[in-house]
Amino acid sequence: MTDKIIIDNLSLQYADGAESLRGISMGIRQNAVTVLFGPAGGGKSTLLRCLNRLNDLTDIKTSSGRILIDGKNILDPKTDVIALRRKVGMVFARPVPLPMSIRENITYGMELAGEKRRSKLDEAVERSLKLAAIWDEVKDRLNDPAIALSGGQQQRVCLARVLALQPEIILLDEPTSGLDPISTGKVEFALLELKKLYTIILVPHSVQQAARTADHAAFFLQGELIEYDEGKKMFTTPKEKKTEDYIMGRFG
Amino acid sequence: MEKSLNWREFIITRAIKASGYSAIVFVLLIFFFLMREGLPALSEVDASSLLSLRWYPIENYFGILPLITGSLIVTLGAALIAVPFGIGTAVYISEIAPRWMREILKPLVELLGGLPSVVLGFLGILVVSPNLRILLDLPTGLTAFTGSLLLGGIAVPTVVSVAEDALDAVPRSYREGAWALGATPWQTIWRVTLPAAKSGVLTAIMLGVGRAIGETMTVMMVTGNAPVLALKLNSLFSPVRTMTATIAAEMGEVANGSVHYHTLFLIGIILFLISLTVNVIASSVVFRAKKRAERILS
Repeated sequence: MTDKIIIDNLSLQYADGAESLRGISMGIRQNAVTVLFGPAGGGKSTLLRCLNRLNDLTDIKTSSGRILIDGKNILDPKTDVIALRRKVGMVFARPVPLPMSIRENITYGMELAGEKRRSKLDEAVERSLKLAAIWDEVKDRLNDPAIALSGGQQQRVCLARVLALQPEIILLDEPTSGLDPISTGKVEFALLELKKLYTIILVPHSVQQAARTADHAAFFLQGELIEYDEGKKMFTTPKEKKTEDYIMGRFG
Repeated sequence: MEKSLNWREFIITRAIKASGYSAIVFVLLIFFFLMREGLPALSEVDASSLLSLRWYPIENYFGILPLITGSLIVTLGAALIAVPFGIGTAVYISEIAPRWMREILKPLVELLGGLPSVVLGFLGILVVSPNLRILLDLPTGLTAFTGSLLLGGIAVPTVVSVAEDALDAVPRSYREGAWALGATPWQTIWRVTLPAAKSGVLTAIMLGVGRAIGETMTVMMVTGNAPVLALKLNSLFSPVRTMTATIAAEMGEVANGSVHYHTLFLIGIILFLISLTVNVIASSVVFRAKKRAERILS
């Protein structure tokens, strides 16, 4: 197993002084689920948003360090951000179906990338909806507006939309925070299949989810990386006192 | 103590209720007055005269078609200018401009919206029309096109400010969703933000058109006031006369109760119906969009 992403001494501060990152260095494994967890305001979402440069559109005061994906520094101003975002897909905390039909939600990204062949699009719709474990629920109503689906279904359509672009890395920012336990289970189940194909970085919405899904886990506290280890070790025998306190529910 | 509080409550609620109902009462009063003064014209003037192409009240020619086409051509021209320009500006302010630019542009646009139309008409006579005459080599610069240009200018702030509010109300998450899929800023605006704000943008267009069709002062000053049927494309570049300008110019010197007087009110009724239609279309578009959203949420 190799490191798909190498984060090298990344620091960042927002203009309003809110959340920030301080000197983060870590490597992220290919074909595994890496979980970033910790209390709110710790910098987990900020780090995710650096990985597909979605932070470009926010007011940032200072940033330094490097993020290497396949050996290339994506923070380089010369990086093709559009191509990067196709390679690094993202699913948000609240499902964001675009104001179109289910089918169009899936094909939109591919059409943007220049794919016009109907057969390719149809094939991608089916393949990605199956991967996201929602094909059976929506296959008969692909032309309905995506907003008409339930929250859990919307979120899996959003996941399918990302998969249709055949990314290499998938970022999930609390993808199940608004979902019921059954939908959450379906999303987590889909992740098990997906990690065979992709590199997955997940910000879970609870410590329990972190423990269930993590191959590797990183504990963030106030913008610093406190501990980074294999999931099994982290959630049974954490090295740091702070990590242990958080996992045991003593704060956060 | 408690008693006086109840009294105050009673008076305040009644006062608020009364001012609410007064809006309905005023609209109804205006409507009945318009009908009472305008409808007699239909029996007093021959249909052949009303539908003729001459508006010459002193010799009993009451052809209102040239006035209607005059209003329509000026409004159409104004809409063709105001809609793309207004929506473009709204998109720029809400989606593209950096924050400091937005903070300068928004109040400026609102200031423009508050400009008295006489001032614009003044500029039209002194600056726009002479230059247009030279530029397009026309016999006169007072044309329908001049009116359209200035009316477009009047409608733009309305369109911009309503459309900008609608775009601003589109959740940021929609845009981030599109960006994360690798959409460029332009693709995001065209395929995601604008469709999501569709009903608001349509309302903006309708309000802008409504503003243009009801405008009087500017068009009276710059369109040349010649009641000529305007059906061909080149009538855009010749003088026309609008319904509003006719009423404003002639109402002051007409004998109360005369045929001419009734006909002017008939024109008022037609204007009223046109702007009613525009408003009904606008609100039904918004209503339909809302109903759809409700159906989806339920």
